[in-house]
Amino acid sequence: MSDQTPGAKAPEPVFTLPWHGQVFALTVSLNEAGHFAWSEWTARFSQTLARHGLEKELDGGDDYFNAWLETLEALLADLGEAAPADVERLRDAWEAAYLSTPHGDPVHLPEGA
Amino acid sequence: MPHDHHDHDDPHALLPPDPALRVRALETLLARKGLIEPAALDEIIDTYQNRIGPRNGAQVVARAWSDPAFRAALLQDATPVVADLGFFGRQGEHVVAVENTPEVHNMVVCTLCSCYPWPLLGIPPAWYKSDAYRSRAVREPRKVLADFGVSLPEEIAVRVWDSTAEVRYLVIPRRPEGTEGMSVEDLAALVTRDSMIGTGLARAPTA
Repeated sequence: MSDQTPGAKAPEPVFTLPWHGQVFALTVSLNEAGHFAWSEWTARFSQTLARHGLEKELDGGDDYFNAWLETLEALLADLGEAAPADVERLRDAWEAAYLSTPHGDPVHLPEGA
Repeated sequence: MPHDHHDHDDPHALLPPDPALRVRALETLLARKGLIEPAALDEIIDTYQNRIGPRNGAQVVARAWSDPAFRAALLQDATPVVADLGFFGRQGEHVVAVENTPEVHNMVVCTLCSCYPWPLLGIPPAWYKSDAYRSRAVREPRKVLADFGVSLPEEIAVRVWDSTAEVRYLVIPRRPEGTEGMSVEDLAALVTRDSMIGTGLARAPTA
């Protein structure tokens, strides 16, 4: 199939960083499982974007997904599905796992983390 | 980008940025609670990365250009019409088609976040999600169009549609001249993503 926009440079990736796709998929999956309505999501996400937009002009890339992640974390905390302290602990456990795994090896959380 | 070059020997695995670690943490927590399936997440990413995109919307537009009955039905109530073509589901629950004419040019924005007809156009480009576009599209649409290289005669009115979680818009661009007798498939190749958002025009056929 030929490139749909001749003259354009390389086609833009849908997700520029892997975590952009992961947080997107996480949100879509939770919505479809009925944990929240999409209208609730967009209302909350709009508020986060508006708040972040007061500090600087958002570029629609990393800025956008940072706002997305912050919204999801707050929503899951409010729903009682992911307490911030638990998320923080697992985040640190993942960081420690990356730092202690030899380069090239798959990274896993240690037992009990 | 894949980490396929190394300036030096990393003693440990490359540490992802902080947000990536936080996403990993959420995934781990929710998977342990049985709220998500990692394989289902990969499936969602693959769908939007590789399978759903503006080619879907382009087929709808080309069909509307070629088939007056289809066009009429699409403009009256697009949702069931595009669903018949297999384009339905997430963020396509209520689609409204708006047609460009010699009098009106339509342009779509989501001023609050980034609502967009995923089944027809895939995931929106970064500029659609940027503050610059979201704030300027309503205020100064002609200037925004000029930034996209589109200049319209003064007599064409620009109408801006603000998407919501409930309603998503698909712009039906004007059919380019010199395309009489072209097949639906060839016509679809002229329909760009931006032309279906209203920040571009359909391409002219190459002779």
